[in-house]
Amino acid sequence: MSLYYVQKLLYQLNRDPELRRRFAGEPDAVLAGYELTAEELDAIRKPDIGLLYVLGVNGQILMHYAAMRGFEWNAYLEAMREGVRRHGPVRAGIYALVED
Amino acid sequence: MPLVFAGVCSHAPGITGRAERADPVLRDGFYVALDRMRGAIEAVRPDALVVVAAEHFANFFMNNMPAFAIGMAEHYEGPIEDEKWLGISRRRIPGNRGLSERLVSRVLHEVDVAYAEEWMFDHGIMVPLHFLTPRYDLAVIPANINCQGPPLTPLHRAHAFGRALRHACDAVPERIALVGTGGISHWPATPNSGKINEAWDRDFLERWTANRREALLSYTDAETYRDGGQGGFEIRTFIAVAGAAEEATGEIWCYTPIPIFAVGCTVGVMKLGAA
Repeated sequence: MSLYYVQKLLYQLNRDPELRRRFAGEPDAVLAGYELTAEELDAIRKPDIGLLYVLGVNGQILMHYAAMRGFEWNAYLEAMREGVRRHGPVRAGIYALVED
Repeated sequence: MPLVFAGVCSHAPGITGRAERADPVLRDGFYVALDRMRGAIEAVRPDALVVVAAEHFANFFMNNMPAFAIGMAEHYEGPIEDEKWLGISRRRIPGNRGLSERLVSRVLHEVDVAYAEEWMFDHGIMVPLHFLTPRYDLAVIPANINCQGPPLTPLHRAHAFGRALRHACDAVPERIALVGTGGISHWPATPNSGKINEAWDRDFLERWTANRREALLSYTDAETYRDGGQGGFEIRTFIAVAGAAEEATGEIWCYTPIPIFAVGCTVGVMKLGAA
């Protein structure tokens, strides 16, 4: 479990246009710089926004990664719901789904 | 000079980024209140605007998270987010390094604040500036309270930070306006985005306008998370402004839940000098 490094990568992608360019061209070279599990690598590469949400990535970080990967607002919200349906409740952090 | 203005407003990215999807009557009423705040700030002729924000991992991360920070640069950049996503174009925002240094030096007598000579503004500052200083001709000094990466800054320390900022502002010759920006209850960036606990918000705003310190500080984080969501942790920015204006009471100029903006849209001011 290396949620910290998942969030660190996405935080740096959100901040740094040059890293975004490198990531678009050579994702594996960028990903090699972070301690990530196979599940996390897969979720970042696909991207599986729903799984990243369930893993516990802070919403304020994930929201921008989803936009960067082309998720329109409603599609992003739906991807998180689908993630919970497929992978179960959010496992860490403070952005869990709550029941109304 | 004594602090010339103290207020609070919402900063959710949907306010500009999803503007066309909101009920126009509700949205425009909120925009009018923000413009009233712009007019009130301009009327007191500030030399600088201190914005107490709750940033969202634009500058500070869990590798080195300050409980408090103040910007100390000659200028800043923003927004860090995609311009189209936020609906605000990227620009340079003027700061005032010398004034920041004097404020930081004074605040440090009371609160251990970090300083930052680089700061990229996210929506938490850019959305308020879009309405409050639309010509970007007023020096801005950003301040931050950790409302995002637990362990969070305790509420009583946020209040103390506001008091320290007030003492610092009062001690410099410049005329300073202070705006705290954050949400009350909200569940942003979750599938619950759009959920708003209006009763909880209104109760909080009553405590804020009465400026009752004990009532404002009585929330536990567990209660806030349950009733106000993780976005509710941003009450720290409102509490800091209450601390900065502890002799005053406040007025709410707008409170309107707008679900597509994911927050109860709020504009409030403290009546400085009215006591």
